[in-house]
Amino acid sequence: MAVGKEIRSKIASIKNTQKITRAMEMVAASKMRKTKDRMLATRPYSKKIGQIIKHLAHANPEYKHSFLIERPVKRVGIIVISSDRGLCGGLNSNLFRKTLTQMMQWDKANIEVDICTVGTKAFGFFGNLKANLVGHISKLGDTPHQHDIIGIIKIMLDAYAQGRIDELYVVNNEFVNTMTQRPTIEKLLPVVAGELDENLSGHWDYIYEPDAKEVLDHLLTRYIESIVYQGLVENNACEQAARMVAMKSASDNAGNIISELQLVYNKARQAAITQEISEIVAGAAAV
Amino acid sequence: MTMTVHVDIVSAEKEIFSGLAEMVFAPAELGEVGISPRHAPLITKLKPGEVRVQVNDKEVYPFYVSGGMLEIQPHLVTILADTAIRAKDIDEAAAIQAKARAEEALADKSGKIDFAVAQAQLQEAVMQLRSVDRLRKRGG
Repeated sequence: MAVGKEIRSKIASIKNTQKITRAMEMVAASKMRKTKDRMLATRPYSKKIGQIIKHLAHANPEYKHSFLIERPVKRVGIIVISSDRGLCGGLNSNLFRKTLTQMMQWDKANIEVDICTVGTKAFGFFGNLKANLVGHISKLGDTPHQHDIIGIIKIMLDAYAQGRIDELYVVNNEFVNTMTQRPTIEKLLPVVAGELDENLSGHWDYIYEPDAKEVLDHLLTRYIESIVYQGLVENNACEQAARMVAMKSASDNAGNIISELQLVYNKARQAAITQEISEIVAGAAAV
Repeated sequence: MTMTVHVDIVSAEKEIFSGLAEMVFAPAELGEVGISPRHAPLITKLKPGEVRVQVNDKEVYPFYVSGGMLEIQPHLVTILADTAIRAKDIDEAAAIQAKARAEEALADKSGKIDFAVAQAQLQEAVMQLRSVDRLRKRGG
C-alpha cells in the first residue's frame, strides 16, 4: 500500500520531532526554575541601591552629577537585551517590534540612536537593519555575572559623559509570570529618582569619603549596572519560560497532527481492504 | 539594653547578610571604619577586604568583599558588595572588547549567514507543515 507507507513515515518523523520538543520543554522548565531564582536573588541589591539613589536625590549635595541633569535630546543610546538562542516563541520579535516602534518615534523627532546589543538575536536583527551598533556582547550563558556586562555599559556611560548621547535606555523582557513576558523600555539616564518611602525631610547631606564626585560617580555607575544586570537575568528567565511554553504547544500540535494522520492512515487502509474484497466478490460473481 | 543597627550586605547576585548588629567594621577607602548605631549619614567606597559584623559580644561574622559601597543612615547600614575586583583599566579593557566584538562581527558576515540558514530552516519547516495540512485535507 503506497499511500499507507507514505503516511506511516510522516507519522514517524513527526513523532521524532515531538520527542525533541518535549525534551526541550523539560529542559526549559528546569532551567526556568534556576533562572527565576537568580532573578529573585538580584532584587535586594537593586532595591537597596535604588533606595540610596533616592536618599541622594533628596539630600542636598554641593555637587550635581551630570548623570542627574536633564538636557535637550539630540541622540539617545539604547541597550537591547535579547536571548542567544531562538525557539522561544515571539519573545525576541515582540521585543524588537517594541524597540522599532520607539526608534521610529525618535526618527520622526530627528533623534539619532546608538545601540548596544546583548545576545546574538538582537545583534543579528539590528546588524541587518544597518543600525548604529556601538557595542555587543553575547554567549553569556545561563549564569551571567555582573562583570560580564561592564564593557557595554562603560561604552554608553562614556558616551553620555562626553555628551555624545543625551539619554540612555535599556530594553528587555519583563517577567510577569510563566505565561506572560512583557517587553519594556526603561530610562536609565538621566537618573530619575522616585519618591522617598520614609520621611527624611530637613536639610541634611551625607559625609562623602573621599569626595562627593568620586562617590557619586561610583554609585551611579553601579546603579546603572545593577539595572542592566537585573534586566539581563530577568530576560534570561523570560527566555526559558517562553521556550517552555512554545515547546509545550509544539508538542501538543505534533500530537494533534499525529492523531489526525493516524485517522487518515486507518481510513486509507480500510478503503484499500474494502476495495480488494469488492473486487474479489465481483470477480466471483462474474464467474 | 544595647543599641543595635540594621545591617544589609548585598551583592548584585545575591543577598549576603541581613540583620541587627551592635557594630560593623568595613574597609573604607580612606581606612577601616567602625560603625556604631546612630552614626551620622555617610557614604563611601570600599576597598577589597573584610567586613565584620558584630552581632553581640560573642558572635562576629566576617565577610570578604572585593570592593563596593557603604551607606550609613543612623539606623541602617547598607553594604553594596561588588562581585569581582574592579579597576578603571579593567573596565576600560572590557569596553574596548565589547566595541571590538561589535565591529568584528559586523565585518564578518558569518553572523548573517547563520541567520540565513536559520531562515531557510524555518521556511522548510513551514513548507512541511503546509504539506501535512494539504495531506490532511486530501485524506479527510
